[in-house]
Parts: sequence; structure tokens; C-alpha cells
Amino acid sequence: MNRKYLGYLFEVAWILPSVAVPIAFLVAIVITAFAVGIAVPGDAGRVDPKALSTTAPFDKPGLRELAPGRYEAVVIAQLFNFSPGEIEIPAGSKVTFIVTSRDVIHGYKIEKSPINMMVIPGQISRMTTTFDTPGEYYIYCHEYCGAGHHLMVGKLIVKPAQTASTNR
Amino acid sequence: MATARVSGVSVTAERAEVGVFATEYRLTGLNMLIAFVALAIGGLFGVMQALQYNGIDLYKPISPILRGGYYQGLALHGVLNVLVFTTFFIIGWLTFVTSRSLGIPLASRALGWTTFGVMTGGLLIAALPLLLNNATVLFTFYPPLKADPLFYIGLTLVVVGTWLLLINQVMMLRQWRAANPAARIPLPAFMAIVTMTMWVICTFGVATEMIFLLIPWSLGLVQGTDPVLARTLFWFTGHPIVYFWLLPAYISWYNFVPQQAGGRLFSDPMARVSFILFLILSTPIGMHHQYTDPGISEIWKLIHAIFTFGVFFPSLLTFFNVVASLENGGRARGGKGWLVWVFNLPWRDPSFTTQTLAMILFAFGGAGGLINASYNINLVVHNTSWISGHFHLTVGTAVTLSFMGITYWLVPHLTGRKLWSPTMALVQAWTWFVGMGIFSHWMHMLGLLSMPRRTAIGAMRELHPEWEPLLPVIAVGAIIMFISAILYYLNMVLTITAGKKDTVPMVPFARAVSGPEDGPRVLDNFKPWLAIAFTLIVINYTPTLIRLVSEIQFIPGIRSW
Repeated sequence: MNRKYLGYLFEVAWILPSVAVPIAFLVAIVITAFAVGIAVPGDAGRVDPKALSTTAPFDKPGLRELAPGRYEAVVIAQLFNFSPGEIEIPAGSKVTFIVTSRDVIHGYKIEKSPINMMVIPGQISRMTTTFDTPGEYYIYCHEYCGAGHHLMVGKLIVKPAQTASTNR
Repeated sequence: MATARVSGVSVTAERAEVGVFATEYRLTGLNMLIAFVALAIGGLFGVMQALQYNGIDLYKPISPILRGGYYQGLALHGVLNVLVFTTFFIIGWLTFVTSRSLGIPLASRALGWTTFGVMTGGLLIAALPLLLNNATVLFTFYPPLKADPLFYIGLTLVVVGTWLLLINQVMMLRQWRAANPAARIPLPAFMAIVTMTMWVICTFGVATEMIFLLIPWSLGLVQGTDPVLARTLFWFTGHPIVYFWLLPAYISWYNFVPQQAGGRLFSDPMARVSFILFLILSTPIGMHHQYTDPGISEIWKLIHAIFTFGVFFPSLLTFFNVVASLENGGRARGGKGWLVWVFNLPWRDPSFTTQTLAMILFAFGGAGGLINASYNINLVVHNTSWISGHFHLTVGTAVTLSFMGITYWLVPHLTGRKLWSPTMALVQAWTWFVGMGIFSHWMHMLGLLSMPRRTAIGAMRELHPEWEPLLPVIAVGAIIMFISAILYYLNMVLTITAGKKDTVPMVPFARAVSGPEDGPRVLDNFKPWLAIAFTLIVINYTPTLIRLVSEIQFIPGIRSW
């Protein structure tokens, strides 16, 4: 065969999978994000960081039980801690985290879970997930926020379902 | 091969050529000098960070000079390595490539010196607050962290200075076209101009952020700034900037490495197509750095994800074309079989080996990049040390190690002095490859264990028990790279000061198996591709930017370091 056409053949043999493979990945992403529900944070509205103490829900940061096994955690990130710093839930709970910042940009990442959000002053970050496995999980601020950034660590405690007390 | 051309006649011709380009060579050399001084200082902080992870604090002994400790060092590491080193090297390199490829000097040498002057002035202005711990905001300078205004003004000058090179290139292309009306633009010059065009388009984001948000705010003219709007403008530039770093390395992989491998470039049209796709697709994808941001809708994040997968395509074209060119070289040197030809490649040539090792690690960096781009999979790795591990493979190896490889032939060519020790250069290449392989792999693994990036791990109150056994490995990788860097700088300093005086010819531009005549002429016409690029940027950014501007919120600045 003519060398040039052999070259074209190789090119086509490479190009077809180069298009097909990324498309297959994309389809998988769209299915998991919109059918399975592993969603990324979206636009959840703005808030005035200077008026957090008078703006619901951030006037009362903490854990609230909305229904059996269904919680809402309102968290304020600030230099250099989270308020509340410790959250305790029974295993199997579905929790919506509603987080904002009082000052600069922070991060909110709970290890071994999909919760991973930027926390930006003026913005509300919101994500929901279910915690099935009992244990203690670190919550890290994963964006540089100043001299004490490395001290900004919280904790999520998932209690075995039977013994958990949600009455705190 | 380069050495084969050193006969009496060609040496004289080479000297005359060098004379014609004396100013260009001086500019290239000066830019690269600043670049590598920046890399030396920035790199030093890199190894200090890896030691800090393991409880060895070298910041205390230097605290009389740098008061800011770990985070000031981190700011210097980022700014010097990914902003200063890359930008200065690239402006020098593209000045060289454009003028040698078109065969004409800079259209305006005064403009060339102005480019250099504005960039260097900007660097000095930005360096002052950085060194005084008044700009410890890292290389992303996310507001409302508020740095000294000189930091923002200096960096803006560096960026604006780079734009002037494109003006020079466009004037040179006009001159060249007038003299060569029927010819195709030589591939190296074509690529250099596409790279600068892409860069000028995408830096409108960060320039807007600086001029309209950060500079007036840091000067106290406005009371606050909008962090999400600023981030969005930052990442408008912040993703394409990685192609601004990579494409100059690709220019070497496409136009010099095939020649150094003893073969030809596989396909010139395929190379042109991939660069045009980078021009079109690099910019309208920046929001994939903001998947976890509030204030941006999921739909626009998903659209940017789709286009990010699109830009993976020209990367795959580059992979194919460059490997096929290497195979062409290996076979020309007597290589056989499906893979055995690899052993026929010139592994004793330090410039070739350095760049080929950079390519090998880049394959892993590219695969990791696809994971980062994957919308919700990114939730596992976002802002963890996985990301630091990733970009040490890309900008830290594919780009940095390739640039080192380029200097192994270019510095001897520019200075007329032979490389001091090719053996030392080979050891340098392999130690970087091994050190970075170790460092980067375990940074990825620590990221999967949720270790946050940009964090003084050694100073945390409680160390995660799962991280502890892996942290010393990070230091081992960093120390191996540190040794590699010492070998590089020693070799370069000895080459410049004590290298044997000789005329070292330039590595000739590679010829192609399938030349430009096999591709349509429209590939050389920038207008349609620019129109598509602008259209995609407008579609992918306008709705979000209009909404963010209409909701603008003035958040006061804070100095929290």
C-alpha cells in the first residue's frame, strides 16, 4: 500500500477512539450526576457576610432535624474554624450542608464523602449526601485562608444508628 | 544531526546567521536567565515545604529575612515557578522560534526591548511586596485576601508586557508573507503565533480582574470586591494559561525532538489542526476549575466540562503525532519491531532524553487531568494534594523538564560554549524523572486520603493517621528533585562561565513525513478560527458574567496572614 495512505489509516485508527472514549466518559458523568444524584454545588443564592447574625439560617448555625433521618447542618466558616466545629449524626442520615463564610474564601471537605465545596463570602454553598458508615470523619478547610489555615479542621461523628442521640 | 554540520563552511555560515539575530539571541538569553533564577528560588521553597510536612521547619532560621513562614514561602514557590519562570522562558523561547523559523529578525527591536523592560519592571514591582510578606495571597490571589497594590500592578505589567510580543510577531508575519506570497507559514512560527494569540485572548480575563476589580480595591478607591466574579475572571485565564505553558513545550516536541531523534515529524497538517483546536478550545472551559464553587449554575459547569473533554482531543492528536515521530526516528536509526525501536532512540543525547522523559510523565498528568475535568468525580480530588501532584506532572515536568531539555542545546547555541557535561545532564534528567515520579504519585495518593493542598501539614494540631506513613516519601521525592536541580544549575553555570568555546549550531527544524502541502491552506488563515474562538467564549461566558456583574456584592478585603 502507498505509504501516505497507510499513514492516513493510522491517523483514522487513532482519531476514532480519541473521539469515542471521551464521549463515553461524558455519558457516564451525566448519568451519575443527574440520574444517580452525585451532584456538584450550584447557585444557591447570596447572603451579606456582615449580617450573618441576623440572616436566617445563619443566625442559628448548627444541626437541625427536619424529619426522622433527615438533617440540615448550617455552618459558618471563619478565620480559623468552623461553627459548629463538630457535628454528630446517626448512621444512615441524609444531611444537607448549608455553608457560608464570614470573611475570606474557605473550603469545606468531609473526608471519605462527596462533600467538597468552596465557601465564599457572600455566597451560600449547599450539598446533600447520606452517611451510612459509623465513624469519625475530619472536615478540612482546603483553601488557603491565612496564617492559621492548617488549624481549620472540624469533625463529623457518625454514630451507630441504634445508640445515637440526636437530642443535643 | 547537529554535530555532523560542524564543518568549516557551515560554521562560518552559522556565525553569520547568529550575527543577524544578535538582538533576538540577547533577548532570548536574558528572558531565560530571569526565568531560571526565578525557578531556582521558587524550587528551594518547594523542598522546604516537603520537609515541613515531616516536621522539619526551615522557615524559622530564615525568619529574619522572610517573616511569613510556610505560606510566604508557598506564595513565592507558586508565583516564581508557575508565573515568572514560565512566562519569561516562553517569551524568550517564542522570540527565538519565531525569528529563526521565519528567518527574519524582530520587526521592531525597540518593541522587543520594551516587552522585556515592561515585564522585568513588573516583576520587580511585584517582588517587593512578596518579599516583605505583604502579598502572601498565593499565585491565585483570590480576594477578599487583600495584598499590597504593588503586587497586582506588577503582575499586570508582566502580563501586558507579554502582549507586545504578539504585535511583533504579527508584523514579522506580514513581512514574511510579502516576501513569500505563495509559501505556507513554517510550522514553528505558525505554532508560536497561535500560542501568543491564544494567550492574548485569554489574558483579557485576568487583566479585567486586575484593572477593574483588584487594583482599584487594593488602592482603596472602592470598599470591596466580588470574590466569585473575580474567581470567574481569574479562571477565564487560569485554564488556558496551562496551554500557554504547554504549547511552547509542544513546539519543541513537534519541531526539534523528531530531528534530535534522527527522524521526521509524522504529520504537519495534524500538528496545525491540533494547535488551531487549542486556540479555539482553551478558553471557553475555565469554569471546570469552579465545579465546587457556589454562585455558578450546574448547567454552565456541565457545558464547560463537555468543552474540556473537547480540548482533550488535540492533546491526543499531539500524543499520536509526537510518538509517531519518535517511532520514525527510532526506525531510521535501525529500530525494528512494535516497540523495540524505542531502544534505538538517542538516549545518550541529554536534550532528547530530558524532553522524552518529560513526555512520559506527562501521559500520566494528562490522564489525571481528565479525572479533574470529570465534573462530579472532581469532588473526590478538588483542592486536595492530588491537584498539586497533578500539576507537578504537567507544569512541573512536561513543561519545566522540557524547558530544561531545550536549554541543553539552546544555551550552548546562544552562548557559543559547549555544554559542560552531557553525562551530568543525563543524570539530571533521570533524577528529575524518578524524584517527580515518587513525589507526584504519593501526592496523588494523599489527595485521595483528603489531604488538603496549600496547607502547612507539619503544623496541624492533629495529623491524620493515614497520611503519616506517606509523608516521608514526599520528602524523599522532593530531595531527589532538589539534587537534580543542583546538577542542572551547576551544569548551566559551568557551561556559561567555563564551557569550551565553540560554534554550536542550532538544532535544525524537523522536516515532516507529511508536509503542509497535504493539508488545506485554510489552516494558515487565522480569521475563521479566531471567529469560532470568540463565538465560543461569548456563548460559554456571557450569561454567567452578566449575572455575576448584575448581582455584584462588595466584600471588604482582609489581611489574614
